[in-house]
Amino acid sequence: MSGGMNVPVLSLLIWLPIVAGVAVLALRHVDGGRPSRWLANLAAWLTFFVAAFVICRFQTDSAMMQFSERVMWIPYFGVEYALGIDGLSVLFIGMNALITLLVVISQKPGSSGGYLAALLMTSGLTYGAFSARDAVLFYIFFEAMLVPMYLAIGFFGGPQRRYATTKFFLYTLFGSLFMLLALFYLYGVSQTFSLTAWQHLPLSLYTQLVLFGAFFMAFAVKTPMWPLHAWAPDAYVEAPTGAAIMLASTKIGAYGFLRLLLPIVPDAAQVLAPWMVGLSVLAVIYFGVVALAQTDLKRLIAYSSVAHMGLVTLGFFLFDAVALKGAVLLMVSNGLAVAALFFCADMLKTRLGDHRLTDCGGIVKAMPWLATLLVFFAMANIALPGTSGFVGEFLVLLGAVGYQLGVGVLAATVLVIGAAYTLWMVRRVVFGPVTHPSVATLSDLGMQERLLLSVLAAVMLGFGLWPQALLAMADVSVTQLLAHMALSKL
Amino acid sequence: MLALIPLLPLFAALFVGFFGRRAPRDLSHWVCCTAVGLSFVLSAIVLCEVVFVWPEIGTQAESVTLYTWLDLGSTQLTVGFLIDPLSALMMTVVTLVSFLVHVYTIGYMKDDPGYARFFAYIAFFTFSMLMLVMSNNFLQMFFGWEGVGLASYLLIGFWYTRPSATKAGMKAFLMNRVGDFGFIIGIGLLFATLGTLNFEEIFARADELQGLSVSLWPGGLEWSLLTVACIGLFVGAMGKSAQVPLHTWLPDSMEGPTPISALIHAATMVTAGIFMVARMSPVFEGSDTALSFIIIIGATTAISMALLGLVQNDIKRVVAYSTLSQLGYMTVALGASAYSMAIFHLMTHAFFKALLFLAAGSVIIALHHEQDMRKMGGLRRLMPVTYGTALIGAWALVGLPPFAGFFSKEPIIEAARFATVTGHHYAYWALTLGVFLTACYTFRMIFMVFHGAPRYGGSSHAHGASHETPKESPRVVTVPLVVLAVCSVLAGILFIKPMLIGDYFGTAIRGDYVAHPAVAVFHAEWRGILHYFLHAFLTPPLWLALAGIAAAWYFTLSAPTAAERLARQLGAVYGVLKNHFYVDAFYERVIVRGTHSVASWFVRGGEQFWSEGVLVQGTARLVQWGAQCLRYLQTGYLYHYAFAMVLGLLVLMTWWGMGR
Repeated sequence: MSGGMNVPVLSLLIWLPIVAGVAVLALRHVDGGRPSRWLANLAAWLTFFVAAFVICRFQTDSAMMQFSERVMWIPYFGVEYALGIDGLSVLFIGMNALITLLVVISQKPGSSGGYLAALLMTSGLTYGAFSARDAVLFYIFFEAMLVPMYLAIGFFGGPQRRYATTKFFLYTLFGSLFMLLALFYLYGVSQTFSLTAWQHLPLSLYTQLVLFGAFFMAFAVKTPMWPLHAWAPDAYVEAPTGAAIMLASTKIGAYGFLRLLLPIVPDAAQVLAPWMVGLSVLAVIYFGVVALAQTDLKRLIAYSSVAHMGLVTLGFFLFDAVALKGAVLLMVSNGLAVAALFFCADMLKTRLGDHRLTDCGGIVKAMPWLATLLVFFAMANIALPGTSGFVGEFLVLLGAVGYQLGVGVLAATVLVIGAAYTLWMVRRVVFGPVTHPSVATLSDLGMQERLLLSVLAAVMLGFGLWPQALLAMADVSVTQLLAHMALSKL
Repeated sequence: MLALIPLLPLFAALFVGFFGRRAPRDLSHWVCCTAVGLSFVLSAIVLCEVVFVWPEIGTQAESVTLYTWLDLGSTQLTVGFLIDPLSALMMTVVTLVSFLVHVYTIGYMKDDPGYARFFAYIAFFTFSMLMLVMSNNFLQMFFGWEGVGLASYLLIGFWYTRPSATKAGMKAFLMNRVGDFGFIIGIGLLFATLGTLNFEEIFARADELQGLSVSLWPGGLEWSLLTVACIGLFVGAMGKSAQVPLHTWLPDSMEGPTPISALIHAATMVTAGIFMVARMSPVFEGSDTALSFIIIIGATTAISMALLGLVQNDIKRVVAYSTLSQLGYMTVALGASAYSMAIFHLMTHAFFKALLFLAAGSVIIALHHEQDMRKMGGLRRLMPVTYGTALIGAWALVGLPPFAGFFSKEPIIEAARFATVTGHHYAYWALTLGVFLTACYTFRMIFMVFHGAPRYGGSSHAHGASHETPKESPRVVTVPLVVLAVCSVLAGILFIKPMLIGDYFGTAIRGDYVAHPAVAVFHAEWRGILHYFLHAFLTPPLWLALAGIAAAWYFTLSAPTAAERLARQLGAVYGVLKNHFYVDAFYERVIVRGTHSVASWFVRGGEQFWSEGVLVQGTARLVQWGAQCLRYLQTGYLYHYAFAMVLGLLVLMTWWGMGR
């Protein structure tokens, strides 16, 4: 435990990037933006080290909240500024730290300070959402994240950015309004906003079902799940790469299922589990098949990510230890894979000016480094054993087959469909004859790009070869969550 | 020390992969050949220990855990090795063939710009294959299984500028994924029931699987869990070992360089499925339905692929179809519960098929990458070593005594005859007829390539290079050929006694010899090698083989026009064979195009119409419409509001009054 340690590390983690973001925003016009970029890099590194410190000091054998901070904020409503992390959050804290660092330091010298500020603020708010223990605090972080993201896409995104941002903003806001109502209701019943207290609050099945619906709207939009996904592909494609990665890799929606929905309304979750399993399997197959028809590299990656999130939610609702652990690991591995693939797409785009698959082809000749790494990331994306992608997918499929053979059979189609769209993408981009005249003259990755992708590749390989290192951090909390879900609250 | 066996090739692969491009070419092959050679030596030491030391100290198997990959609380998924007679044999065969292919590659790929890359890939392949065969649990086996698949994918598409090569690589990967789909289901069912992926634990508790049932959905049709699990696992084997109908990737994989056709697509990787089923023998023994399924699939593969072998003109494709057909023989042996025979044939096949491929490669380089047999002929005097070794390979493949194939193929046919599972009669006849066909297409190839009049370098080739007389390949190419030829001669006669009759496999292969008596009958009839040798003259396969050679001689050398006449007369049959039974066409036209139509339908119907049109735009319009409606209420006229207030008051008072 963090006993005896008085430094509010989690607050530092949250507010350091946010304050730095504000400073970057203020300094963005000074001296051609150089001080602001310098500051952004510094902030990203500092937060990374703080996060690394948190992870190193995290006690893996305890399911208790660690690094706790509690300050009464609005005494009249009993709203607390309560922070703390357990095994469910710590992995995502780590991933957020890695992704933020890579995204910020990969920005080119010419990039705008405003964009960097938005990225830093999003990152800080994400840490907040992952460590909030008070419902109001969680809600504020969860919603506030929209603002810098909205601005990042709206100002720095692609040609269709206005439509994409509006859709993204309205969808997410709409979903979380239901959650807000649910939070108010729960406060009315319990006179507290403490998430921990709510976990033990008895609720009738009817109430639980209504609350389930409310939470589901918020998190299913954010995850995203079918049929509430329409914002996601457009937002991922139109967003500038860094923002797209932050949006797709942080997995805050799926985290909401773990932190709020499953522990607060476990009986409703049990009752509705078959429907959730059905939706998840549908997502796996539907998004996989849709990915097959994509001609834009970023859109293909977006659909691939959404399809994998179907496996994640499948793992949540099987009520099986193996599948749940798999789902948590899959959230991390998918975040890594999406980040890596988006980086690759971006590097191609900066060279070709485009990421339509039809314009590439034969880049292996001109860019052996990018080709090699892209093939590796593709293999991680299709869950080749030894890479990060395999671990979670394998465990969820094992759980699914054990749950019901039919579910396992349908979910396992991901092996074929995922391989089909990923390999087809690889074949069109990496191999084959050079179709686009400019491909032959492309320059391969620079030192910085190489290093960036190699770090990701190394993390993914390490994760794939020794996933126990990651699971050990989450294990106790996941086991406790599962035990809690099994208890009726009626 | 055990860990070194797979890790040496891995380190070599990593080293050459990272530094090979800048280092001198010699370094690549020295590093890889040394590493794989050392692996072979270590494997041979392990094999010797298993054969000579273990019986004395009474060890049957040795399980070593390297590290815990994932601790799930209820069970631990580990990385470790299971060394027993089965894995020791496989390790030795894999590393031996791999080493010879490495050496051969030095000559074959001499001028290729991707020299270092090629060595990195085949060394990586060797690592994965060793992880597969040495594994003591399903997790690691799956790791090796997919690792060899990746190596195969990369090597088939090695010449990546050829669209046909990258397409073939993708096809191989995807068809294997279809197999993996079944494999995962099988593993999942075993895991769900027994809660472990460790082989020894699964074997010890295999009986618990009996009598359990499973259904696709709650209340659905109940199937035997064991049968579903076994068929699932076998579907995995069908993908890897290219059984009908998941076979079409193997002929296409010939797009890859010849050394990998020998190593991966003949000797080692494609036999992984056979190995896996043999490894899981205690589980498969429990389900007669699954064994029946296996024997029928195997027999169908054996006969249909042999038929296709008859009409190929590409030298590599002939050998590829013969591989498919021979894999069918091994599969039949598995279905007949004659696991030891399957492994024995796997071993001899690894030698003589690698030999045939490497010999074909030797011819191909001598003729400057000409693969069409119609443009060969009369090479026997120009390439005596290649000819001699190819002939040995062919004899072994056809199963003429005393070559290896004779000792390993005959018992399988006998096993099919004495098996009891449904479909064994079919298998027996299919395999027997298959012997004739095998002899036909094999010797058609030998005669077309090495005998008759030379047809290469004719007027069709105008450029100077092809006018030189083909000459024998260099030592690095011929020495591996000779070594493999020696193995093809000796492997059968030396090892039939310990492997099929003796107790070499011990508890590594566990058959229920009461319920499935094929092996027991073979044991009972065994009267020593000489008797077995003479006995062969009384059974049809030998005569069929000779008849097949005679037929091949007639159609290629004696009356070359007869074949064309026959093809014309049997035009329909010939067309079906030429088009590979239209399986490829079916996949291409129905499955692939069907999937594309579904995908574009999903995009248009699901994404564009439903999600974007109805949900997003529809909601927007609904809100707009609602706002329009509401706007009518806000007219701004005071009397409208006053009227509404009075009306509302009345309604409320009425409701209240009625409530009282």
